[in-house]
Amino acid sequence: MTAALHWSYLAAAVCFILALRGLSGPRTARPGNLIGAFGMALALALTLSATHLSNLVLLIVAMAVGVAIGVPVARMVRMTAMPQMVAAFNGVGGGAAALVALADYIRSSNGVALSTGNRLAVMLGVVIGCISFAGSVVAFAKLQELITGRPIVYPGQQVVNGVMGAAALALTVTAIIGPHVGLVAIVGLIALGLGVAVVMPIGGADVPVVISLLNSLTGLAVAASGFVLHNVVLIVAGTLVGASGTLLTRMMSQAMGRSLANIIFGAFGSVSAVAGADGAGGERTVRSGTADDIGTLLAYSNRVIVVPGYGLAVAQAQHTIRELADLLESRGVEVIYAIHPVAGRMPGHMNVLLAEADVPYEQLKEMDEANPLLPSTDVALVVGANDVVNPAARDSPGSPIYGMPIINVDEAGNIIFLKRSMRPGFAGIDNELLYNPKTTLLFGDAKDSLSKLVAAVKTA
Amino acid sequence: MTDFLTLFTIFVLSIFLGIEVISKVPSILHTPLMSGTNAIHGIILVGAIAILASADTTTLRVIGFLAVVLATLNVIGGFVVTDRMLEMFKGRGQRGRRDQGAAASAVTPPAEPAQ
Repeated sequence: MTAALHWSYLAAAVCFILALRGLSGPRTARPGNLIGAFGMALALALTLSATHLSNLVLLIVAMAVGVAIGVPVARMVRMTAMPQMVAAFNGVGGGAAALVALADYIRSSNGVALSTGNRLAVMLGVVIGCISFAGSVVAFAKLQELITGRPIVYPGQQVVNGVMGAAALALTVTAIIGPHVGLVAIVGLIALGLGVAVVMPIGGADVPVVISLLNSLTGLAVAASGFVLHNVVLIVAGTLVGASGTLLTRMMSQAMGRSLANIIFGAFGSVSAVAGADGAGGERTVRSGTADDIGTLLAYSNRVIVVPGYGLAVAQAQHTIRELADLLESRGVEVIYAIHPVAGRMPGHMNVLLAEADVPYEQLKEMDEANPLLPSTDVALVVGANDVVNPAARDSPGSPIYGMPIINVDEAGNIIFLKRSMRPGFAGIDNELLYNPKTTLLFGDAKDSLSKLVAAVKTA
Repeated sequence: MTDFLTLFTIFVLSIFLGIEVISKVPSILHTPLMSGTNAIHGIILVGAIAILASADTTTLRVIGFLAVVLATLNVIGGFVVTDRMLEMFKGRGQRGRRDQGAAASAVTPPAEPAQ
């Protein structure tokens, strides 16, 4: 390794730290990200110039393919689809780390001998990278709704997963003791299976927490590769991501009022409970209203609290809700947005979406600030949210979301739900609140419903 | 062994550094944080390049090629997505006024020909 390369790696590591530091405030965050990208470019440029490139054409083609796919996808994806995009890009990183580790192992069996410690690092890279890759693919499919967001569970699941885990562990130890390329491939395949098996039973609402966990796993896989390649920047960057991802995962599970173990293993054995809740929901009646009625109610209120959820984002209704809020404010109605910590699909996701619609920052209240205002609020307008206002999280210990802090909209004078259908929320749990006598439902696409409300308020 | 100890020292210090830096990030920036750290582990591209550049068998070339493609996707996607998210948080007041004007004219199209 040349001195210049070494210095560039140090510079890149510093840039990454500055990038993360920049994220401590909205103003410094974007320049910070650019500094991180600069560090990455520097490290890559010097790596390319310092490496004896025997497969130059292949290398250029490979990078061109990556750029040709990555740039358009990353630029075109909608803000609402960000969580699954993060999952996808995390998955490819995990896959790359696993492949790098696998190649190291193969090289070692071709003559360049690895020490036992390095074989351990290689195996960690393969196993963690494969779990992260497969888990991210499943997480992506769940968020993209290619497969159901509900927990996928079957009898004996824990036994199957336990056997897979034990097999992976035993084969890993064997492969560390002595080099067997075939074994490593098998361990990789089992790890892929484990990644799928671990994420499958996780409910849609919990998937972002899992993505954060997988993100930190990819970081650790990268760090493991750094040990094998004696590459300092891989160790520093990978470990930074691993440590921060672990902390972020903890912070996210705390925001949902649950332990990480509960999120990952909570679905096992919950089959009957979920089915039971469904059966109870089908027979009761709900009250649906017309846009005119609701418009009048809103127009003559003193305070309206809007609870936005993912449905608002899906319908691209950020701008319409703002139009409604502006109209109400011009009539002297106080409008506040109550943002649940996990509104949208990730912490801070809803803030990004409302910032996109230029909703004034002062109108956004965090859950803890909004809850004391609800008893003196005339109307709580729930737009495309469900689980974050579900009283089951507060009142029924048997519910899968029990313990998650919620926005107490049931304390408001009136509750208006804008919903597409009676379909339960992302967590797949029925919402008692829909049957509350104070609740009125307006069915339809959130954007259409809001437009109708705007028209109704104008004539009220 | 000394070499390993040096690397291990860096590893342990990085853990504490990571925790220290991240604990200052406010919750509204958690989504960009996840995406930003995602971009940073794209540094595995350095390792992927090393593998492909020194590959002397077909198997290694295939693995190296795939690794470079995936790692490039990780780097590019990570940074671009993060930048797009953070763009939303920038220059709120300024952007607000301009968009408000645009929204107002969009809502009342008949007014435009008159101007």
